[in-house]
Amino acid sequence: MDVTFRIRRYNPEIPGKDKPHWQEFKLSDVEPTDRVLEMLHRIKWEQDGTLAFRRSCAHGVCGSDAMRINGVNRLACKVLVRDLGNRIQVEPILGLPVLKDLIVDMEPFFEHYRAVMPFFVNDTPLPADGRERLQSPEDREKFDDTTKCILCACCTTACPSFWANGKYVGPAAIVQAHRFIFDSRDLAGDDRLDILASPDGVWRCRTIFNCTPACPRDIEITKAIGEVKLAIRNGSTEGIIEVRDIKHEA
Amino acid sequence: MQTHQFDAIIVGAGGAGLMAALYASKGGANVAVVSKLYPTRSHTGTAQGGIGAALGNHEPDNPLWHAYDTVKGGDYLADQNAAKVLAENAIDAVIELEHMGLPFDRTPEGRISQRRFGGHTSNFGEKPVRRACHAADRTGHMILQTLYQQCIKNQVRFFDEYHVVDVLMNRGACVGVVAVQLGTGELHVFHGKATLFATGGWGKMFQVTSNAHSLTGDGAAVTFRRGVPMQDMEFFQFHPTGIYKMGILITEGVRGEGGVLINRHGERFMEKYAPRIKDLASRDVVSRAIYLEIRDGNGIQGKDYVYLDVRPETVNRYLAEAGESRRVTGEEIEKKLPDILDFCRVYLGVDPVKEPMPIQPTAHYAMGGIPTNVDAEVVMDENWTVLPGMYAAGECACVSCHGANRLGTNSLVDLVVFGRRGGMKIAEFVKQADLIPLPANPTAEIEAEFKRLRASKGKIRPGQIRAKMQKTMMDYVGVFREAKGIQQAIDTVEELRHQYQTDLVFDDQGYRFNTDLIEAWELGAMLDLAAITAQSALARTESRGAHSREDFQQRDDVNWLVHTLACPKQASPYQTGPMEIELNFKKKVDLSLAEVDPRFAPKERVY
Repeated sequence: MDVTFRIRRYNPEIPGKDKPHWQEFKLSDVEPTDRVLEMLHRIKWEQDGTLAFRRSCAHGVCGSDAMRINGVNRLACKVLVRDLGNRIQVEPILGLPVLKDLIVDMEPFFEHYRAVMPFFVNDTPLPADGRERLQSPEDREKFDDTTKCILCACCTTACPSFWANGKYVGPAAIVQAHRFIFDSRDLAGDDRLDILASPDGVWRCRTIFNCTPACPRDIEITKAIGEVKLAIRNGSTEGIIEVRDIKHEA
Repeated sequence: MQTHQFDAIIVGAGGAGLMAALYASKGGANVAVVSKLYPTRSHTGTAQGGIGAALGNHEPDNPLWHAYDTVKGGDYLADQNAAKVLAENAIDAVIELEHMGLPFDRTPEGRISQRRFGGHTSNFGEKPVRRACHAADRTGHMILQTLYQQCIKNQVRFFDEYHVVDVLMNRGACVGVVAVQLGTGELHVFHGKATLFATGGWGKMFQVTSNAHSLTGDGAAVTFRRGVPMQDMEFFQFHPTGIYKMGILITEGVRGEGGVLINRHGERFMEKYAPRIKDLASRDVVSRAIYLEIRDGNGIQGKDYVYLDVRPETVNRYLAEAGESRRVTGEEIEKKLPDILDFCRVYLGVDPVKEPMPIQPTAHYAMGGIPTNVDAEVVMDENWTVLPGMYAAGECACVSCHGANRLGTNSLVDLVVFGRRGGMKIAEFVKQADLIPLPANPTAEIEAEFKRLRASKGKIRPGQIRAKMQKTMMDYVGVFREAKGIQQAIDTVEELRHQYQTDLVFDDQGYRFNTDLIEAWELGAMLDLAAITAQSALARTESRGAHSREDFQQRDDVNWLVHTLACPKQASPYQTGPMEIELNFKKKVDLSLAEVDPRFAPKERVY
């Protein structure tokens, strides 16, 4: 099939291209099962080498190629042409400064990430037998969903609250904090809840739900944010996440 | 040009690089991590099934059995001292990862859960053992995230999207690297007492690969250009189960959970090739079996793929046949293999709980690379002469614990064990070492190379050369090889290198995120490694592990229990003309375990 790509371009180094503008590219012999990323590569490798975008693993795990594709945040490597039709519009994710074409400045995003203490804290003595700390499968299950985050920024840059105020830590940082707040082994949950209770924390979320469908890893982000809000309100993580029965395997 | 000074410079921010950075900084070193990607984009994050460690959380296990499986899996080319260190240190490393918060799946008792994996057995090959510690089917993702988190906690300094393009030597030592800041195109010199390369593999050399676009072998190529030999480059692993045509990896964990390989007649063909452990034989054995089935016309619809079947009815039928009491349900498969199911649903429209997955072998892992000892110090020759200040760990390095074929899960073990050891060694080294000055004009040569590239106004685009290289390497230096084909590959790669040097053209003349220029430069690195790989493959006139010669089908322990060292003969790093290397076969395989335990002596490999 023939497909027309309409791509948002910006190159501050070249006079005339130094303002955001649209450019169209036509591709033929496109298979319905081709990934958008492959098509961007074909444009770059066959037609215009100056087209700039990030990519690495090409199968939805590394989180490099978050883009706004036909108006929705997606990973270019995880969306197929057959799901989009023969006119495909690609632009940078919103809310972060554009540096060149589809490449945005990720620093503000990672700054929010770093702000929520996104690391395991437990300074109590290690088990005397020299082995792992114990954790029940039920306790492990409580934060399973939020361990899937790949920091692609699809959720944060789909959030109107973040668009309105870039100081808001955003859904991705809350997901990262959730992964530790609900980990039974971690001891800094209260510190993270304090950080997220601040004015640019979790209460800037208006439960618009844009983040959840934007997530390429199918994390239930709005739910996770709600669980963090409840933990702040209750002053405790107790009883917030119910774990369904886990079948114990020998 | 800017110059930065640190005790230690870590190049690459995957598992090995972050592990080294963490342990070097914990040991008191002032560390910079320089990476062409944001750290969490590194390829460690795509590792799926598990990390092997003889914890024995389900059934008895022993690091010596792990070492044995590693040596046997490597078809006896592995250095046995390195395999021993790998297996023994794996236990501490995995426990430490848990202490850093890594969310492993759990047993009912709350311990780290373990699953079966190809080639891992108990009691010296007796039966499959549950050794792979897992976090669903995203173990690598969890390792990468956990290590990055801990580096942030320890305030390690990151230079993200700085692409290392040259390594600096002075007075017989490594003194740092030169990197391009991708956002500006500016060159930066990183000057330090110790430099560790952890830049990953070069699977993009092949047409069908599980590897990321970023895996172009830059680190190995720049060290080679500066005089470091490349070891055992002919050994490149093809993973048996890549998604048909796309190469995306389907973890061995699928077979660990009971999945089986099926040909067009519905036969579980691995019973023929590995009667004892069948679908869980080591990867080279299974990949060859798939190629042979396809060659005999047993591919699905007679084409070049077979099925991987993990439907509960299939798994349970074979479990019953094997007399095992365990049964699986669709729900359990969803829980244990969520990412695999997602890949198949998204890319193939196939639901593995209801339909089998079409798969073919995919280029996956470089066993060869920058030669090191077990402390990740780079060694230059058969006498294990250390190159002061230079270290390597992870896939770009060759310890060699994997020998001629790496076992599943052992890549993650390798990068945490040897990244950790490298980091500790560096912390010790920088305390007593002096900072050796930079060479005069440290960026002159790489600047000239980029100037030459930018000025190239030929006819051929990098993408055209890359595609031809990938097809050539896949066809002639893939799962099966023979002299005529390898020579064909050598000739074609030389022709492509000539085109690269004389007839290249690309579009972008800018400096900010000039990915066009960087991709062209990466292609140059891959072409060099392709030439070295093909020449090493031609020289080794035997079949061993992943190197399978149709014209020399037997393993030859009399002549070939040696490592291949491909030493650069070029006068300058960017000399044009054909790749000139000298192959040296004087580095003997370490057989120290065999000397005290006859079970480790080389023998025929049967699964």
